[in-house]
Amino acid sequence: MAKEITEERKKPIEPGTWRHTLHEMKMNQACYWMMLPFFALFTFFTVIPVVMSLPLGLTSFNLVQFPRYIGLQNFYSLFVNDDIFLIAVKNTLIFAVFTGPFSYVLSFILAWLINEMNPVLKVVFTFIFYAPSMTPSAYVIWQLVFSGDSYGYLNSVLMDFGIINSAKQWLTDTRYMMTVVIIVQLWMSMGAGFLALRAGFQGIDTSLYEAGAIEGIQNRFQELFSITIPAMGPSLLFAAVLAISGAFTVGTVGQQLCGLPSTGYAVHTIMNHANDYGSIRYEMGYASAICFVLFAVMLICNHVIRSVLSKYTDN
Amino acid sequence: MAETALNNQITDSLEAQNAKALKKLKKRQKKRGDIEKAHVKKSKGKHINSSLGGDIAIGILLILLGLFMIFPLYYSIIQSLKPISELFVFPPKLYVLQPTSENYSNLFKVAGNLWVPFSRYVFNSVFVTIVITIMHVFVVCCCAYCLSKCRFPGYYALNQLIVVSMLFTSTATWIMQFVVMAKLGMINSYWALILPNVATSMGLYLMRQNMSTINDAVIDAAKVDGAGAFRTCWQVVIPNQKPAIATLIIFVFQGAWNIQGGALVYKEDLKTLPTIMTQLAASGIARQGIIYASAVVLMIPPLVIFLIAQSNVMETMANSGMKD
Repeated sequence: MAKEITEERKKPIEPGTWRHTLHEMKMNQACYWMMLPFFALFTFFTVIPVVMSLPLGLTSFNLVQFPRYIGLQNFYSLFVNDDIFLIAVKNTLIFAVFTGPFSYVLSFILAWLINEMNPVLKVVFTFIFYAPSMTPSAYVIWQLVFSGDSYGYLNSVLMDFGIINSAKQWLTDTRYMMTVVIIVQLWMSMGAGFLALRAGFQGIDTSLYEAGAIEGIQNRFQELFSITIPAMGPSLLFAAVLAISGAFTVGTVGQQLCGLPSTGYAVHTIMNHANDYGSIRYEMGYASAICFVLFAVMLICNHVIRSVLSKYTDN
Repeated sequence: MAETALNNQITDSLEAQNAKALKKLKKRQKKRGDIEKAHVKKSKGKHINSSLGGDIAIGILLILLGLFMIFPLYYSIIQSLKPISELFVFPPKLYVLQPTSENYSNLFKVAGNLWVPFSRYVFNSVFVTIVITIMHVFVVCCCAYCLSKCRFPGYYALNQLIVVSMLFTSTATWIMQFVVMAKLGMINSYWALILPNVATSMGLYLMRQNMSTINDAVIDAAKVDGAGAFRTCWQVVIPNQKPAIATLIIFVFQGAWNIQGGALVYKEDLKTLPTIMTQLAASGIARQGIIYASAVVLMIPPLVIFLIAQSNVMETMANSGMKD
């Protein structure tokens, strides 16, 4: 035992060399064993399928015949020939800008407000704001609310108050569709991110607040910015990643409320476009290309947000 | 042999010393805590600068927003309690005049007449959900600890991989997933339902982010005390991660409970509850009541888990000194 140690000390291992890496790997052997189950499953069911689907974007694939290589033609027609794709990009960006940051900030504020309540109210309000994620058949109900005839809840309420005098076609009139879908999207968006932020608040060391009070913190906002947000860094980052992927993959709400394709493609998003080609027209090659573009956009967005938030986290 | 004896002796004496020092420290801490508490109390109770008017305004705002959030849930419960005569009243009422359990009894009547006994679907769902939840929590906690607290070669790359994978949409990958699983011979087995859902990156990233707030000194202390990575993870880190674990359990349970199987399982006695509920409800307008009843029944288990997990979170107060 002692001999080994002295031998190791004799030859200091310089960082950056292969030997050093190998040594580090040996030192952290237990870590690799602990990560093995996750990454083994992750490789089989996520990494391999994703890596295998990437080349599909370069092929013409109809799910029946073997994929045929066609080079960058999919991407070419996507940006040059496909007018609807450009509409979808525009809509997706509008949705992302309106729902992403708004739902992110809103779930943070709500989690913060709930955190200051007493224990019972905490559970009740957390449940209320998480409820949309558990509500079954939510779309059916929103369809009833925004129904185009005078019996739709929104129409009948607005007509009772005399705000409008004839029923509005909320789900088929291109002027309103976007707003309606954004509202329902926001309603849906208080899900995982909100709950993670609640957990983050719950995990903050309360002695920090006491210390802050002694140090002379003046008000809630000062407390928020100088104690809460720095302590929440990792949870904020998690919620940001969820918000990004949620904001850019919008489409289900529009599809369920307004149909696919929606009237005049008013709420057609990139995701809808991918679904259209992937599961209706069975042009998997083209659908993969669309997904790849979406992925690239999300990566860039993630990078930007990460660098903004990075001052609060360790990496 | 002698070496161990000596070691034991040393540890014993060290422990005795430690215990003494700890007692002293605790006493001092308590004293200081009292002073601090008094100080905090002086500076206007729990929250500095929280006015009554502001609280009321925030309360009203929260309640209004809450009504908007909870409305569809309320509505589907109300619909499931309506007798057939009220279900088709147009415009639909927001309340029920004669609540009935008719829809629920109809649901179970229909469910009782299936070719495969209904209990089989219940068993499938319960079994799959429980196995996924346990495996997921175990596997993810182990992995998240390493990704957040060990600096091993490949640390940065694996962390990036997890974040990037969360951004990838599955629309185009499901077909390759099917191919991989077919090659592994897992189609039409419980494995097809369980394994792909055990290693999902969202839960891992959640735990990884939460664990990264734990103070490194605590982990170093555990290491010095001779705990390996596994023991450090489960005896030091995990007990301090209750809010995050509760959230993790809510996510994974909800996800697992709603697994439909889809193309991965086509044998009738392997199908899950959501699959069969959709089939039962998909028989046109005559089963309108059953649609809502089955949706409410399906919602109950995740709801119960949610409430248990959340109310447990509230009991754990943050742990002084454990965090950076």
